[in-house]
Amino acid sequence: MNEQPDGEGIVLTEAQKRARRSRSIAIAVSLAALVILFYVMTLVKGPMVLIRPI
Amino acid sequence: MSLVSEGAEFNGTIAEPSLATVGDYLALLKPRVMSLVIFTALVGLAVAPGPIHPVTAFTALLCIAVGAGASGALNMWYDADIDALMTRTARRPLPMGRIQPGEALAFGLTLSAFAVVVLGLLVNVLSAALLAFTIFFYVVVYTMWLKRSTPQNIVIGGAAGAFPPMIGWAAVTGSMSFEPILLFLIIFFWTPPHFWALALYRTDDFKRAGIPMMPVVKGDATTRLQILLYTLLVVPLGIAPWPLGYAGALYGTVSVVTGLGMLVLAVQVFRERRPVERACRHLFAFSILYLFLLFAVLMIERGWGGLIARLTA
Repeated sequence: MNEQPDGEGIVLTEAQKRARRSRSIAIAVSLAALVILFYVMTLVKGPMVLIRPI
Repeated sequence: MSLVSEGAEFNGTIAEPSLATVGDYLALLKPRVMSLVIFTALVGLAVAPGPIHPVTAFTALLCIAVGAGASGALNMWYDADIDALMTRTARRPLPMGRIQPGEALAFGLTLSAFAVVVLGLLVNVLSAALLAFTIFFYVVVYTMWLKRSTPQNIVIGGAAGAFPPMIGWAAVTGSMSFEPILLFLIIFFWTPPHFWALALYRTDDFKRAGIPMMPVVKGDATTRLQILLYTLLVVPLGIAPWPLGYAGALYGTVSVVTGLGMLVLAVQVFRERRPVERACRHLFAFSILYLFLLFAVLMIERGWGGLIARLTA
């Protein structure tokens, strides 16, 4: 198997880089929101956070 | 490691790096359908008895919204071929080539899993189980099975859109009772006249895509009769919360008046000979207002006071 990259590989255009950047920011924001959500819910529930009612 | 595709080999050719924007991914979530889901789930949450912390209520609504959006993304992934053939759906991100099928599938599956797991962990297991079933029903039962095989597709498949008030109720109580089931039935029997009114003036679209919608398979006359019959079912169901004691006089008045409006429009659709488009457009538009008013008044009358009390407790 050839481990060496041939040529320059895929070179992204400016539009593709912008689109990728916007998607990356959206993923980062979503993950941060999820962390905050879990943190706040843990505060709200307190010790009850480990009890999962049906 | 990058989660973003930078060009993948597909059928021996190199796929172009993605130009998909955040907006394209948001379009996959079917925001207009999602808004109706959030609203009906909020009503289920508001009318349910018992306390719920506002942050928990927000989390429940967020998970229900994300789950609904995820099932929309999976629906668009599976239906990309027929979406490309219909004017109403041809500009969606997949038929336009802005998002690749694999990306939509991964997006939908990931969001579905997150929505169900987070709802189960942070709210309760019953609401999470109902959300999981709703996603399964919409994607597998409706999209993959019924939609392309029977004119009853939107009748049975409509159940998926009717579950959100039950999920909202379950998020508060962790149990089920007749009242949320009644809300389910209202949306369930509302869906056929609502959707068939649209299908009657988009028949060519569905015919081109080979979808066996009622007007395509059974024709205009049968569809118009079915619209009238389902309207005759949904109107008394819409009024039912009032005599059953779930709602007061305001709801009773609104449900009777708007129910009569639905009936008048359904009779117009039934009686009008070609072209039926104008009558159908009126019924389609009014049916949205009808459902919105029923649920909004129910929430204001029954749930609003309780919701405010919970938020300020």
